[in-house]
Amino acid sequence: MAEKKIKMIVAKPGLDGHDRGAKLLSRIFAEAGMEVIYTGLRQTPEMIVAAAVQEDADVVGLSSLSGVHNYFFPRVVELLREKQMNDVLVVGGGIIPKEDIPGLKQAGVAEIFGPGTNTETIVNFIKENVRK
Amino acid sequence: MFDKNELEKIGQARQNWEDKTLKKTLDKQGEQKKAFTSISGTTIERLYTPLDVSGLNYVECLGFPGTYPFTRGVQPTMYRGRYWTMRQYAGFGSAKETNARYRYLLDQGQTGLSVAFQLPTQAGYDSDHALSMGEVGKVGVAVDSIEDMRVLFGGIPLGKVTTSMTINAPAPVLLGMYLALAEEQGVPWDKVGGTIQNDVLKEIICRGQYIFPPKPTMRLTVDLIEFCQKQVPRWNSISISGYHIRESGSTAAQEMAFTLADGIAYTQACVERGMDVDAFAGRLSFFFNAFTNVCEEVAKFRAARRCWARIMKDRFKAKDARSMMLRYHVQTGGVTLTAQQPMNNIVRVALQTYAAALGGCQSLHTNSYDEALCLPTQEAVTVALRTQQVVAEESGATDTVDPLAGSYYVEALTDQIEADIEAYIKKIDSMGGTLTAIEQGYIQKEIQNSAYRFQKEIESGERINVGQNKYIMEEPPLTNLLKVNMQQGEIETEKLKKLRAGRDQGAWKSALDNLREVSGTSENVMPAVIRAVKAKATVGEICDVWRGVFGEYRPKEYI
Repeated sequence: MAEKKIKMIVAKPGLDGHDRGAKLLSRIFAEAGMEVIYTGLRQTPEMIVAAAVQEDADVVGLSSLSGVHNYFFPRVVELLREKQMNDVLVVGGGIIPKEDIPGLKQAGVAEIFGPGTNTETIVNFIKENVRK
Repeated sequence: MFDKNELEKIGQARQNWEDKTLKKTLDKQGEQKKAFTSISGTTIERLYTPLDVSGLNYVECLGFPGTYPFTRGVQPTMYRGRYWTMRQYAGFGSAKETNARYRYLLDQGQTGLSVAFQLPTQAGYDSDHALSMGEVGKVGVAVDSIEDMRVLFGGIPLGKVTTSMTINAPAPVLLGMYLALAEEQGVPWDKVGGTIQNDVLKEIICRGQYIFPPKPTMRLTVDLIEFCQKQVPRWNSISISGYHIRESGSTAAQEMAFTLADGIAYTQACVERGMDVDAFAGRLSFFFNAFTNVCEEVAKFRAARRCWARIMKDRFKAKDARSMMLRYHVQTGGVTLTAQQPMNNIVRVALQTYAAALGGCQSLHTNSYDEALCLPTQEAVTVALRTQQVVAEESGATDTVDPLAGSYYVEALTDQIEADIEAYIKKIDSMGGTLTAIEQGYIQKEIQNSAYRFQKEIESGERINVGQNKYIMEEPPLTNLLKVNMQQGEIETEKLKKLRAGRDQGAWKSALDNLREVSGTSENVMPAVIRAVKAKATVGEICDVWRGVFGEYRPKEYI
């Protein structure tokens, strides 16, 4: 039997318009066999979580290049928990100083991928850590 | 540039060289790669000779600086007369903090200002709006009302500096505030100089700070251009931008092609408004990227100057030479910076600065080495500004006009990029024009495909980023990063509360009612905007009026 496809939401929280990474990764995740829904720009945490609930997503990928990760990423995790979606894997990327990463992980973000990360690293991380 | 006999001789000599000299070397030792390509994917030949530029007619294709087709530059003396304007894009936190950074940069020899507005301002929201949560003061300065604008330019005489403002969909509002402030300082509008980005098409293509649907947002763009032409004659009323197209992943040729296509759309819209092309085209300005491949970048700038001159002359029948000049600002390539071994970025920026200088830019922003990690610290900004000063005053690049002209390689590359630009413009014309090409996602998809190809090349090791996919090392993270006050949102919210309570409610309301009424007609909105900002209407309130009249834009996403 074919393995169930990993379902992933790729989202741009906040007002940041830098979506080269989000779009490129959406394409690469799809090529890696995942089912990808890209939300587009200007998403509130509530909108992102609503999309995750509606799609019964396995993974939420957040991209931020405007310095709002410390506000938005933990908020998405918190709202997912409120919806009893504790086993959704949340990953993030963008312009994120290394010193912010421990705090984000503590808040429940599984991993942060900075600029220059090989896309295969991200794909493998998701495949290994997604709910089985 | 060579006669037939001369070319024949060169051809024979070349054949001779290939058979005798080259072959021996290639037999002994092959080349490092099967094919050499630029970062844009252009095939680069082993050697360029007069044979590669045999079709180049000097007078027609290159000419002389300051004359048509401007391939060699828009001014006769270029940097021998005056260096480019050194203009660092800056803005963060409050208007007060940013004002301090501006005054520091001016003290350090910077010659123009460039305002980075926070994302809420760029998206037409006030700092206290729900969508502004977490964003206030982050990537730019918080400007909600004329009161913030007054603090931002405190102690800076608007008649003496020129200011560039990166603001697009809400451009009329921020220009309105700037002009109202100039009036307060006693500076007449015809003495105010600067540039406003006002390029909404590229927001839809790639930058994402759109608000209104294409047609009404274009109307606001043209309103601003028309108003400046009549009342603020020294103001560059648009900065048609390829910078963000390149940052999104395009090639060098695509950057120029799609930007000139946007330029055609704006010019067409102004002509359709009834404006004479020579009355406004001299105030159209451009904004491009500079990557690290110096020769390709120089060729790109030269090709675009030639293309734009021809477009204005042939397509729009411009007569004034100023209308045909591609004048532009350059920013070094943000996406070329690596988070790994960030000090290497200083070298990248230096090469990009050199490319911008050799290419003939009118103003330049250099990125700071820490920008793959955060907004730049004052120390990093100083190094970036000094990089410009070293190139201007030590490298010799500024001593002669268009120093790389006549290089067989650069001329051949210039011709090739020009041909690529023309092919794209022809394709876009055949689709029905720039707006249609954007609506159909054609331009967006072309850029995304280039970004994808580049990523694959990096990951296969075919293309090298030093410190990122080669010469990797463990390193401690860069410390001492710029931090923006997390409480900035609350501070701005408090300020807005006071502003709203303290303003003359009657004047405020009637100004917004007037704006709503004017916006529903075909009248130019600028006078109504200026009245509203003087009555202390905020960016968000004015954009809300327009959201009501014009609706909001929601793009289709192309993956």
